[in-house]
Amino acid sequence: MAARAFRWLDDRLGLTGIYRTIFDRKIPKVNWAFTLGSATLFLAVLQGVTGVFLTVYYVPHPDQAYESVNYIMTGVPFGWLVRGLHHWGATLMVITVVLHMLRTFFYAAYKYPREITWITGVLLLLVTLGMGFTGYLLPWNQRAYWATTVGTSIAGTVPFVGPIIEQALRGGTDLSTLTLTRFFSAHIWMLPAALLGLVGVHMYLVIRLGISHVPAADE
Amino acid sequence: MAESESSAGLGRRTFVTGVVGLLGGIIAAVVGLPAVAYWLGPSLKKQESDAWVPLGPVENIPVDVPTLFSFTRTKQLGWERSATSYGVYVLRAGGQVLALSNVCTHLSCRVTWSPERDTYLCPCHDGHFARDGAIVSGPQPRPLDRFALKIEDGTLFVHIVEA
Repeated sequence: MAARAFRWLDDRLGLTGIYRTIFDRKIPKVNWAFTLGSATLFLAVLQGVTGVFLTVYYVPHPDQAYESVNYIMTGVPFGWLVRGLHHWGATLMVITVVLHMLRTFFYAAYKYPREITWITGVLLLLVTLGMGFTGYLLPWNQRAYWATTVGTSIAGTVPFVGPIIEQALRGGTDLSTLTLTRFFSAHIWMLPAALLGLVGVHMYLVIRLGISHVPAADE
Repeated sequence: MAESESSAGLGRRTFVTGVVGLLGGIIAAVVGLPAVAYWLGPSLKKQESDAWVPLGPVENIPVDVPTLFSFTRTKQLGWERSATSYGVYVLRAGGQVLALSNVCTHLSCRVTWSPERDTYLCPCHDGHFARDGAIVSGPQPRPLDRFALKIEDGTLFVHIVEA
């Protein structure tokens, strides 16, 4: 019965074809370093899921942000787990992204025909760092506040356009409720949208082009 | 696919697929099951609470005159405290004490004691209640609610139940 139902769906949706295209790809002899991309993707999905759940209770307002995070940690069942996964997942994701990039670089996997994969990968690195930067402010504790003060000030040291960048990030000359809401917006809408699009292109290219082999000594 | 299947039945490929599926299921459960509790936690928390609120010594309460006692109780909802104000009309007459809610049973406006008319008057829809809370006239469906009360060491307490 289940097999018949699956065949009926498969006939119409082409599920087997999708599965084969994505998972039954031919790959060269590789090592564990080639799992870093998948690890990053897994962490990105985990960040998405736990992040969505955090918005159930989080309020991006200076009067309530800290209190709502505190409530997640102490008042909600498994709130500590959801936030803990999001917190440590963020750190881990930056690590896996960087290792993934180093693997690609040292194995020269960015060369023809995979330049676009590399470029979208670099953009994904920037988006990931942006997610980390914007997410860091959201608990609105002392560390978050001053880290963002410092971070946006660093952006302000860019020659000529620095002050404009700094004010654009802060939503004014000072860190305020405007900074918190725009960081929140960037963190849950803009950057994830960019991430989704870039991951789509990145994954499409990985599937379309296949992955490169480990370079031989004479290459 | 078939060439990797061993004659024993469980090939390498099948084994790896199974292990990946199993690990994936465990990970999904570790994140998914707490998520249900996470979502439902505050919803299922017991919201009802009750307290005996002291209104002061009984002998200080005027006799035969309904007297309003007002107080505020705060409640923790999530990370915010919200306050609810209460009004209790206490009537001491003939050695008996009666505590009535000042919330009109019609549409929850606040009633006030009117000595001239000898009724509790609800200003919203001209509802009148007698001094024992019984309906005199108006659209209200039932008499004023009564609070349970007790007297301990000469102090009057009313029982507040918060839904």
